[in-house]
Amino acid sequence: MEQFFEYIGKMLSLMGEGIGNSLLIFAMTLLFSLPLGLFVSFGRMSKYKIVSMLVKFYISVMRGTPLMLQIIVIYFCPYYLFGVSVAEDARFPIILAFVLNYAAYFAEIYRGGIESISKGQYEAAGVLGLSKPRTFMRIVLPQVIKRILPSVTNEIITLVKDTSLAQILLTEEMFSLAKIIAAKETSIAPLLVAGLFYYIFNLLIAFVMGRVEKKLNYYQ
Amino acid sequence: MNLLEVAHLQKSFDDTVVLRDISFHVEQGSVVSIIGPSGSGKSTLLRCMTMLEAADSGSIQYGDMQMYVPLANGGCTYADRQTLKAIKQQFGLVFQNFNLFPHMNVMSNLIEAPVHVLGIKKAEAIEYARTLLAKVGLSDKETAYPCELSGGQQQRVAIARALAMKPNILFFYEPTSALDPELTGEILKVIRSLAEEDMTMVIVTHEMAFAHDVSDKVIFMDGGVIVEQGDPRDVMDHPKNERTKAFLSRITEN
Repeated sequence: MEQFFEYIGKMLSLMGEGIGNSLLIFAMTLLFSLPLGLFVSFGRMSKYKIVSMLVKFYISVMRGTPLMLQIIVIYFCPYYLFGVSVAEDARFPIILAFVLNYAAYFAEIYRGGIESISKGQYEAAGVLGLSKPRTFMRIVLPQVIKRILPSVTNEIITLVKDTSLAQILLTEEMFSLAKIIAAKETSIAPLLVAGLFYYIFNLLIAFVMGRVEKKLNYYQ
Repeated sequence: MNLLEVAHLQKSFDDTVVLRDISFHVEQGSVVSIIGPSGSGKSTLLRCMTMLEAADSGSIQYGDMQMYVPLANGGCTYADRQTLKAIKQQFGLVFQNFNLFPHMNVMSNLIEAPVHVLGIKKAEAIEYARTLLAKVGLSDKETAYPCELSGGQQQRVAIARALAMKPNILFFYEPTSALDPELTGEILKVIRSLAEEDMTMVIVTHEMAFAHDVSDKVIFMDGGVIVEQGDPRDVMDHPKNERTKAFLSRITEN
């Protein structure tokens, strides 16, 4: 048993830098795609047909093609479009691809939530004289957040696992390192350790989000 | 003095004419009930008066403020923002489905608009909200959330929320229609007590006995027109028009 933990400790320290990068991609993607998604959903619901059509197209591309391909395209696009060399630090284009992709998914979740709020809420706020921004921030958004929380939790858990896609461009990524070590040791064990890491991380997320959901359960 | 004057109001949805040439007025301190079969245009009329819907032509006047400015083609459009804002503070609306804010407790529902729209100090708003809650008999529900209240209690909170803005006119849109029959009494009691305080009210309702009892004026609508209006003892007890007679006999049969 002691040996088992010792082994896991050794593996995790070997993957140290990779874990850091995976966490960085995870945190940056959430930080930027959650607010960006809200603006994308506004564009999707825009009364200007041209805006909503363009945003709809963007969402369909982001959802309809593999994230791994999007990462590669965004990484190489400066070279093909402008002839400049690709970024030295691959983490930036990877994070950009993740943000653009996840914003599209979050936008559709927000839209579903916003459209589920009854017209009566807007009418009540309007008759009371609340301004449109205030109505959205104080009346609509809090109710939307409660409703979309389970779907958002789903996306966040998927994001944790999706960070492994960064291996396509980044060697210093947890899954990449696990694969290299596994090849060196001709053993599947390092991959299982990586898997264990994803699993525990997601357990933690499910726990935290569960707590948040419970906290918002004070009303129906 | 007339608090509200509606003149020659017209409204169509696509090809369907919903309101044709509606004219009436509401005197200060009076209670006006609007009755009529469904599809008669009552709800569209109420929605126009509360700016939830824009009429095609005609005028709506609160005091000396006009909601619309006439257009050259005979139609009308909303007046400037300042005027509309001032008009909005003239009236309150109680909805059929209450439309309380579910994520806010009773007190927050009551003070949200007074504090953020009228700019009243929070402590003052809370104090006034407490007197209103006492008036509707819900002093003990200050910290309750709407989902913890019965339908009748929710509607009483909605009435208090509308009153918190100190409106000159209070509109009710079928305030008891979403309630169990045994809960309608508590709402009608609140409206009655407001009438005794000379609150000006316009009520769209199916409660005929109540309308007869509490109203100074009854307006009977059918097919987008006002068929008859006047004292309830005339309009409801001695209707002159065949359509009014038919509607009232249908209602009393049930």
